[in-house]
Amino acid sequence: MDFLQPSSWQEALDIRAERPDAVPIAGGTDVMVDINFDRRRPGALLDLGRVAELREWGTEAGVVRLGAGVPYTRIVEDLADRLPGLAMASRTVGSPQIRIRGTVGGNLGSASPAGDAHPPLLAAGAVVEVASAARGARQIPAAEFYTGVKRNALEADELIAAVLIPSAAGPQQFCKIGTRNAMVIAVSAFACALHPDRRAVGTGIGSAAPTPRRAVDAEDFLAGELEGSGLWESRGELPETLARAFGERVAAAASPIDDVRGSAAYRLHSLSVMARRAVTWAWNDLRKAA
Amino acid sequence: MRITTRVNGTEQEVDDVWAGESLLYVLRERMGLPGSKNACEQGECGSCTVYLDGEPVCSCLVAAGQAIGREVTTVEGLADGERLHPVQEAFVECGAVQCGFCTPGLVVAAHDLLARVPSPSDPEIREALAGNLCRCTGYEKILDAVRLAAERQAQA
Amino acid sequence: MSTDTGTATTTTTTTTVPPGRIGDSPLRPDGTLKVTGEFAYASDLWHDEMAWGVTLRSPHPHARIRGIDITEALTVPGVWAVLTADDVPGENAFGLEHADQPVLASEFVRYEGEPVALVAADHPETARRAAKRIRVDYEVLPAVTDARRAMDPDAPAVHRPGNLVRHLRLRRGEENPTAPVVVSLDFEVGMQDQAFLGPESGLAVPAEDGGIDLYVATQWLHVDQRQICLALGMPAEKVRLTLSGVGGAFGGREDLSVHVHACLLALRTGKPVKMSYGREESFYGHVHRHPATMTYEFGAERDGTLVYAKAYVLLDGGAYASSTNAVVGNAGTLGLGPYRFPSVAVDAYGVFTNNPPCGAMRGFGCVQAAFAHEALMDELADTVGVDRVAIRQLNGMREGDLNITGQVIDSAAPVGELLQIVADFPLPPERGEGADPRSLPGAVNNTTHGEGVVRGIGYAVTYKNVGFSEGFDDYSTARVRLEMTGGEAVATVHTAAAEVGQGLITVEQQICRTELGVERVVVHPKDTAVGSGGSTSASRQTYVTGGAVKAACEAVRAAVLERAALALARPAADLRLDGEKIVGSSGEVLTGLAEVLGDDAVEETVEYRHRPTHAIDPETGQGDAHVQFAFSAHRAVVDVDVELGLVKVVALDTAQDVGKAINPDAVVGQIQGGSAQGMGLALMEEIVVTDGHVRNPSFTDYLIPTILDMPPMRIEVLEYADPHAPYGVRGVGEPPTISSGPAVAAAVRAAVGKPLRRVPIRPEHITGT
Repeated sequence: MDFLQPSSWQEALDIRAERPDAVPIAGGTDVMVDINFDRRRPGALLDLGRVAELREWGTEAGVVRLGAGVPYTRIVEDLADRLPGLAMASRTVGSPQIRIRGTVGGNLGSASPAGDAHPPLLAAGAVVEVASAARGARQIPAAEFYTGVKRNALEADELIAAVLIPSAAGPQQFCKIGTRNAMVIAVSAFACALHPDRRAVGTGIGSAAPTPRRAVDAEDFLAGELEGSGLWESRGELPETLARAFGERVAAAASPIDDVRGSAAYRLHSLSVMARRAVTWAWNDLRKAA
Repeated sequence: MRITTRVNGTEQEVDDVWAGESLLYVLRERMGLPGSKNACEQGECGSCTVYLDGEPVCSCLVAAGQAIGREVTTVEGLADGERLHPVQEAFVECGAVQCGFCTPGLVVAAHDLLARVPSPSDPEIREALAGNLCRCTGYEKILDAVRLAAERQAQA
Repeated sequence: MSTDTGTATTTTTTTTVPPGRIGDSPLRPDGTLKVTGEFAYASDLWHDEMAWGVTLRSPHPHARIRGIDITEALTVPGVWAVLTADDVPGENAFGLEHADQPVLASEFVRYEGEPVALVAADHPETARRAAKRIRVDYEVLPAVTDARRAMDPDAPAVHRPGNLVRHLRLRRGEENPTAPVVVSLDFEVGMQDQAFLGPESGLAVPAEDGGIDLYVATQWLHVDQRQICLALGMPAEKVRLTLSGVGGAFGGREDLSVHVHACLLALRTGKPVKMSYGREESFYGHVHRHPATMTYEFGAERDGTLVYAKAYVLLDGGAYASSTNAVVGNAGTLGLGPYRFPSVAVDAYGVFTNNPPCGAMRGFGCVQAAFAHEALMDELADTVGVDRVAIRQLNGMREGDLNITGQVIDSAAPVGELLQIVADFPLPPERGEGADPRSLPGAVNNTTHGEGVVRGIGYAVTYKNVGFSEGFDDYSTARVRLEMTGGEAVATVHTAAAEVGQGLITVEQQICRTELGVERVVVHPKDTAVGSGGSTSASRQTYVTGGAVKAACEAVRAAVLERAALALARPAADLRLDGEKIVGSSGEVLTGLAEVLGDDAVEETVEYRHRPTHAIDPETGQGDAHVQFAFSAHRAVVDVDVELGLVKVVALDTAQDVGKAINPDAVVGQIQGGSAQGMGLALMEEIVVTDGHVRNPSFTDYLIPTILDMPPMRIEVLEYADPHAPYGVRGVGEPPTISSGPAVAAAVRAAVGKPLRRVPIRPEHITGT
């Protein structure tokens, strides 16, 4: 096994192209587990930890460009105002030690349906920026990025450069189920974002389908109901029945399995409860802000 | 592969490191620093916690090569010569140590917490130490130790 | 003595204890080494030129081995040896009670993870690569993975002649009792893991005499030695064991793990061989707590007074016997809890299956049963309309009562008082608006801001045998030496009793200081150069090894006084050892220890036995099976998000009688840690086994409580001396693990209002999804 350590983004892309057998490693919180448990023996590790560009974030035209290598701790500390959903999710990732190393880029690279960053990215309408030495950069909406269980839309010669996430125009929430009160991989997870600027609702579901996914029907339903009842304008109380119907539609968008962490039925049930509660909290925040 | 890194203030250089080795393995088996413990190999227990460039990380999840040229501080580097760090002292005095296998990681994590938050509340202590599993103590005396260390640091 | 860790205060009623003596809480002698990282655990051992050993394990729960081809593995550069069953020089068998487990599987593998072959190489990665090149030709056989199915006469036999390890039949009182009120329920308990933090590890060093020195983390050096000798075909003097640092045990180190394997590789290669399991292998490398299926029935008068109990307990022992026999013994003889029953019928079974082997874990057979008897006691209370604490007090055992095996409870049995203490503790404040999210179920996972959260309170009480039972020759050996070193009296205490973190070494020092009046006590490394210290299990070491150290000190003291008597020409009976002075009957100083000892050392070795226990009658289960009983009670307060099924334990308060707290702080530490493990079983800990395959061998999916899961614990310790035990001590380690889980389960039931007859209680059980 070789250890490849580019010091610039261009060098990283060149190596990526030359070594299709290399596995990119950033915080190591997924890759090293596979190596320690003898599940994976790649030809090389491609360490992205020295690529300074990846560890930067900035804002342009209301969109946060989050370098793929920004660790969760920094998202919690620096971006809770602009990206509240992602910050809430980041706070639930593993342990403090994991949050210091783990990155959103890593979450996207692993593309586990249980990755904590995915639901808020979906809810916020994030776009993944990937690049290759041969073809340069391209942008993939998060919802199209996840292609299967632990599979993503990256080509063999591509690396994840950044995630482009619109700054929150309204309240966001994230909830996650685990069977203990810290350090859990999600049994199920849900994120929602209210976009009062465009009178839209965003959602993201984790650990309840082969890939992270949106609950598009639930989004359209709620946005439509809010529109129809004039609630976007009045900022009146969110009817409990509406929140409940939203929750049911969120659950309907999932297709979970039974596994050692939880039953499919529980995943569906918990999603509907989390979605109902989360959207109510978000709506109440919106009302308070008004 | 050659690994050169600064550990506990001393330049260390080791050769013939396999690329799949973790920083934990290199510290323990190649640098003669077995204080950091290997208990889960997947970042779920915190027993291998060390400082990497001043931040507490699970050394089992740091590829050895990622530590090249970095600054590492392990539990062996916290005491001032023979004098224990107040966090270490408090762990001993409060009975926060039983089998002690989790202790090195907890000491580093608590050391980091108190460096950032001098007088943490109980929920803050719990959240900060939630990545460090202990199977012997039920954590009560660990909380006692962190509170005592905070108190002493405030007085000092 | 009581502690209220909510405010981080500890108070003791014994304020005049001399420092370092019994009743005081001196610091652990290994504490500083452990906080600096210098303490050498088994996995920290290192030797020049050492090789690494790895184990190849069976992927199948049941298969016939048709052949093993190691040729390719041997060609891997850096490999020193590849061994199979054919390379075991002695008997290819080990086991705590029955030597039924092969060192390396030969004809059959009987569980997933059973060791099949070994590799030694210059790097663990090299050894792992080589192990993958060993070709094992398996013929997969049908596996028996359900304990009930294993009981069928036509079920495939895991071992000849059949799958029954033990049936304990216990009958007392009326044969067909009736009662006006009858409650009956079924229960299930999942497979718990000890999950000690330091995985199995050892270093075997070949010796010049052809023997072997093994440095290993274990709970009982001498029982290991006996089994290693059998497998290596070597006499005990050639197989020398030294205890290395132990990263927790909880029963999981009673059975052999790396021991014989490392020795085999070392003897074959002529090199020191280190074997260290990772976490995944650790889950396959030690026994677990038996999963249980139970049916309990209580008959009672209308006021709640118990008339009879019937209990059926089925324990899945997995593929090999380990300590299943004794676990069934406990589940059967103690499995109705600390209550008075005029009539009893208990049938407890342990069976073989092709599941992972199960054996010792803290609480040993009582843990499973306590979930049943405590839940059924609540059911009875509710049925007759009596308070749940009151019904336990009404039926609770008292000193002088007979337990269900007809044994007299011949020292304190404060069931009612323990319950009263926990019932009288102040309740935690109600959860207010704007509570810190970290105090709610789900914590920072942000699943509730208070919605759906219901509080519940639960009680449980238990009793547990201390020491080995049913006629086992349970003893410990201590060697104590007293000499002057640098003008100071120094005692050295040498036992083979394993320090696994609980603090036995501190207790040994305290006893020496108390008995000999010295300040400096050196604890000799634990090894097989001294007689057996017995097992560090069954809450027995402070009692039995403590008793041996006390007896050895007394012998040393007597020998010193004999010497003094000779020198002083006075009868030894008139002399006392007071610190470093020899004093006469009226306290006058006659001479000094230094004068009496000169350059000599006085050394005595003593074996200490507790009162004998007896086998129970095979037909009725009657007999004096146990030497001592330890009692504890818990009250749990939980907040349950009943809609999502998530639980936050708010308080876990307990009272326990420890007879005499030799080291009060260590006692509290045992109670806190033990309570956490019981809580873990109630809420989250289970090895999930499907068709004989372990599905969660990692700390990602086998969850143990974190610091965010543990509540503050109020603890009250009673000290009702047992007149039959040294200093009146009563075992401490296990009771908290037994009563905490059922209290938590009861509290969750109270909050949720559902039966919840299986533990761990999972979110989907609470939500019914």
